[in-house]
Amino acid sequence: MQIEIDEISKQFGMTAALHPVSLTIPSGALVALLGPSGSGKTTLLRILGGLEFPTSGRVLFDGQDATGLTVQERRAGFVFQSYALFRHMTVFENIAYGLKARPRATRPPKAEIARRVGKLLDLIQLPEIGARYPTQLSGGQRQRVALARALAIEPRMLLLDEPFGALDAKVRKELRQGLRDIHDETGLTTVFVTHDQDEAMELADLVVVMSGSSTGGRIEQIGKPADIRARPASAFVRDFISA
Amino acid sequence: MFDAGVKLPVPAKAPRFRPATQESPAVRWLLIGIAVLGLAVLVVAPLAAVFTEALAKGWAAAVTSLTHKDARDAIRLTLLITAIAVPLNAVFGIAAAWFITKFDFRGKAFLITLIDLPFSVSPVVAGLCLVLLFGANTALGGWLVAQGYPIIFALPGIALATMFVTFPFVARELIPVMIEQGRVEEEAALTLGASGWRIFWTVTLPNIRWALLYGVLLCNARAMGEFGAVAVVSGKIRGQTATMPITIEMMYNEYLSVAAFSLAAVLTALALVTLLLKTALEIRHADALAATHRH
Repeated sequence: MQIEIDEISKQFGMTAALHPVSLTIPSGALVALLGPSGSGKTTLLRILGGLEFPTSGRVLFDGQDATGLTVQERRAGFVFQSYALFRHMTVFENIAYGLKARPRATRPPKAEIARRVGKLLDLIQLPEIGARYPTQLSGGQRQRVALARALAIEPRMLLLDEPFGALDAKVRKELRQGLRDIHDETGLTTVFVTHDQDEAMELADLVVVMSGSSTGGRIEQIGKPADIRARPASAFVRDFISA
Repeated sequence: MFDAGVKLPVPAKAPRFRPATQESPAVRWLLIGIAVLGLAVLVVAPLAAVFTEALAKGWAAAVTSLTHKDARDAIRLTLLITAIAVPLNAVFGIAAAWFITKFDFRGKAFLITLIDLPFSVSPVVAGLCLVLLFGANTALGGWLVAQGYPIIFALPGIALATMFVTFPFVARELIPVMIEQGRVEEEAALTLGASGWRIFWTVTLPNIRWALLYGVLLCNARAMGEFGAVAVVSGKIRGQTATMPITIEMMYNEYLSVAAFSLAAVLTALALVTLLLKTALEIRHADALAATHRH
């Protein structure tokens, strides 16, 4: 699904979080929103997911205005920075949550839910952990379960907020490849937020470099990793990617 | 200039290390002593005295006094009031805590202070407020009496007084837990397509169930024992508006010591049952408690 961001701005009370920004994300792309804290990248991601509403501007999905759609209507698979797994549910119940929450007419039968959860556990290469609770998992396992849970709803796009932020360097490298593989397999338009330029450059098809200022976050440059490296559009971009 | 033959002094026994946070034995015994003494004087002795006094003339006398109509009516009324006040306060407490912790709005701090008000206002004052609002010689109270629904000196007044005094217990237990947990699990459930109602039942409520249980049990214990506010609005009509604490006071004032202490023993036993229930649940669900890391 193609995502268009048309002059989106966001104010939190008196503070400006996003200066009007525009961006087109081609269908099936893996896009990184890269920037320091305060550059509005998480706010932009949450606006795409419907968790925040823009102060002005529009969001279009495949050319259709989606600005007013509720979170539930957007069907965006969202992976939170802290994963936000339901702590009182097993891994199986966590992944099945979105399917069980569907209205009766579209809810798959129990056996079908179990089959799909099993498939997702295979996809994240953790087939044995369905009966465990989130507290019994390592950080990397939790991240993958959160990803499986987001994929279970058959989302139209995948949004990830600092998906590797809470992990150590080695696990981070492994999971990067994991995300790349899952993206390539599902073909979902995927947007992830990161402050780590290596991560963005290595993983994404398209990198959106953002900077913060008193008038809100803004987009400095949009481009393929190689192009951004070769031709940084501003001093900020040059400094940020060489850091 | 060390000679190979020189032997380093070997300690007679391995040195004993004390954990950095541990006090010396003297201090420990002092602290334990103070705690035990305090418990004995302030908690155990009065409790023991209640049961001793109740059984001063033997089991038979105590049981007879409890089967007396006044005692039975008092027990029934107290249980009824508790059955009304506790569930309602649980609902109000959840609603208030949910509102305060999941939304941002102006006047939040003021609302939290308001919830605490019943802790700081004397129960007698609370009772008087109800009389001023619903008494037979006020406009509202007079109208209600004319309609055949008296509030003061009747069951609704007692229920209202009890609810006022016990209002903070549930909300106070829930607010810190819900603040700590934040909204992120609810947001996750939203992105998975769940409705607000479903999120409340499948995510919010399970996450707060232990705090809710503690709040309800505390609320329950306090509701059964409430005296001050109820005394003002009850009118102390035997068999009708005399709760257990009120009846105990009346019996005591009439020198019916066995009856008073027997009823007091029952009230105490109800409170102890509440505490035992809480402990039993804690032991049984230790794993779940550890998983949601609280208490």
